[in-house]
Amino acid sequence: MAENHHIIPVWFFVGLILFIYGLLIFITGIVEFPHPPADVVLSKLHAPVWWGALLTLFGGLFVFLFRPKKT
Amino acid sequence: MQNILPQVSQKIISLSPVDMAIIAIYFAMVIIIGFYLKRFSGKGEGFFLAGREMSAWVAGLAFISANLGALELMGWASASYQYGILAAHWYWVGAIPAILFLGIVMMPFYHISKTHSVPGFLKLRYGEAARGFNAISFAFMFLLMSGINMYAMALVMKVVLGWDINFSIWVAAITVAIYVTLGGLYSAVFNEVMQFFLIWFGALLVPIFGLIETHGWHGMVLRIQQNIPQIFPPETFPHVHGSFTHLWSGIGSFATNPMGIHWTGIVLGLGFVISFGYWTTDFLVVQRVLTAKDLRSAKLAPIIGSFFKMAVPFIVILPGLLGLALLNSGAHPIILHPENALKPGDHSFNEVLPLMLARYCGPGLLGLGITALMAGFMSGMAGEISAFTTVWTYDIYRSYVKKGAQDSHYVWMGRISTILGVLISICTAYLVMHFKSIMDYVQALFSFFVAPLFGTVLLGMLWKRATPAGGFWGLLAGTLSSIGMWALVKFHSANIVINSLHINAKPIAIIALSNNASDMAQNMYRALWSWIVCVSVTIIVSLVTRPKPVEELTGLVYGCTELPSEAHLPLWKRPIFYAAIAIVLFLVLQIIFW
Repeated sequence: MAENHHIIPVWFFVGLILFIYGLLIFITGIVEFPHPPADVVLSKLHAPVWWGALLTLFGGLFVFLFRPKKT
Repeated sequence: MQNILPQVSQKIISLSPVDMAIIAIYFAMVIIIGFYLKRFSGKGEGFFLAGREMSAWVAGLAFISANLGALELMGWASASYQYGILAAHWYWVGAIPAILFLGIVMMPFYHISKTHSVPGFLKLRYGEAARGFNAISFAFMFLLMSGINMYAMALVMKVVLGWDINFSIWVAAITVAIYVTLGGLYSAVFNEVMQFFLIWFGALLVPIFGLIETHGWHGMVLRIQQNIPQIFPPETFPHVHGSFTHLWSGIGSFATNPMGIHWTGIVLGLGFVISFGYWTTDFLVVQRVLTAKDLRSAKLAPIIGSFFKMAVPFIVILPGLLGLALLNSGAHPIILHPENALKPGDHSFNEVLPLMLARYCGPGLLGLGITALMAGFMSGMAGEISAFTTVWTYDIYRSYVKKGAQDSHYVWMGRISTILGVLISICTAYLVMHFKSIMDYVQALFSFFVAPLFGTVLLGMLWKRATPAGGFWGLLAGTLSSIGMWALVKFHSANIVINSLHINAKPIAIIALSNNASDMAQNMYRALWSWIVCVSVTIIVSLVTRPKPVEELTGLVYGCTELPSEAHLPLWKRPIFYAAIAIVLFLVLQIIFW
């Protein structure tokens, strides 16, 4: 989109925020891995670890594919 | 839109530092995007229509996202706790046919006419009177809705997170004002696309974990069947009957489903009039598609959106059903209650989504879920403000206040009206805070305009004999009849007796065909009657007044417009191919959940 003015594609911003969130959530999941929160149902499935990893990968892919290019 | 107003409750979620960091990053990101996009919105086409250069995917996601606000998510999750899977009708029969109709039938006229707004289309097709009536009513309504959303957001933040109402209102309003003033519709569209991803990634864990906990769909259905007598005891809820997990099998009669509705109301009222009115003429959503770069993208955008719309019940309706199945079991059983029956310490139906979020999400994931809700609130507000700004600047200011000024002047007015629009919304939010009944009136008021407008636009696009006088008087008559029916039901509780027609019944039974019709059911039938009034008056007046010359209808009306052929495109590149896939998927879903 917006090729006429060389606007950074919206997908880059989407990827960036998902990448940052993914890292934060993944690190939180690793830190709490030995003692997952007791008041969270199914916490033994360690959702922050794999969901954070998924977000990081998805976001990273978008950042890479739609990164601003020199013209 | 669902009306949610949490009133008596306690804070249900506590955020950790990582959650707060995630929320802060979101606010920083939207402001940065606003500053970045300012350089591209110096011209009117850029500020008000995002340069008309969006791809089908961007326009399609923004189109769906503009309707995927947080109130929508929390409201429909609440409705599914209250009415079961019937709430999914608003995402399927109440959306998909209309969205596909917009893409295939109506978008060519919106796009080829190069209109900047729905009132702008009415000006081209019917003239100044219809445009003026529509522009003023919609500008007024958008501001009120934006203020109400602002207040509702602040209230939800208070209930869910314990945040101060004033803090929430001002932080959200200032953020929205900054990024829309800077980047106009560019900013709104960028944030809507970002919000789309945040909502999916923030909310998707709830249905996944919920189905794991219930051991799948059938386990969930069994639990719901066991729980319903406890959650809705017959002595307190005498009108709650029927299945909570079947879409169509319980609506053959008003008395055999939890919503008290008949299939005619769902199909004709919701599926036809309300849905087509909203998805094809509400400028908030149509404006997103007007940003598409060419006709094929403009047609494809709603079709792409329809696939995601079909999937939304997975993150909205399913959490409500899972709430029915799971919340009243375990170490801390919770039964949710209607807003008007809350006691201190109770939770309302409206809290089902945050409660399910808190059930499965610990630090980090909770921040993501809350950010998704906030993003929904703010992009909804930004959508309303940007739609208001366009209608105000192009259809009111440029038409009635200052004609013929330079483009840069109108962009300046767009930025000023964004700030003024946000300030008026804040005032409305405080007004609603002190006079809560305004909320009910405005929700109803909004519905007055949508159904008749669909009749006016539809006839305008498909019937070249429709005249300017017919369009205006039809729109006016439809709107007034809707207001009249609403007032009759609201303020006249005695029977209406018309002996010559053998009528002796309450207004609600005459208009909504049942004394037990819920507010939703009333809305649907009122929409249907007002649409019929609008179409009838438009046709009658048109037949006795002079039509526009055919050459003035080029690009506006079917039969007077040469639509570009798609015959040279391979089948898989034609919008109609994807619309056909969407309609088949839609039918399959109806059969699966029948």
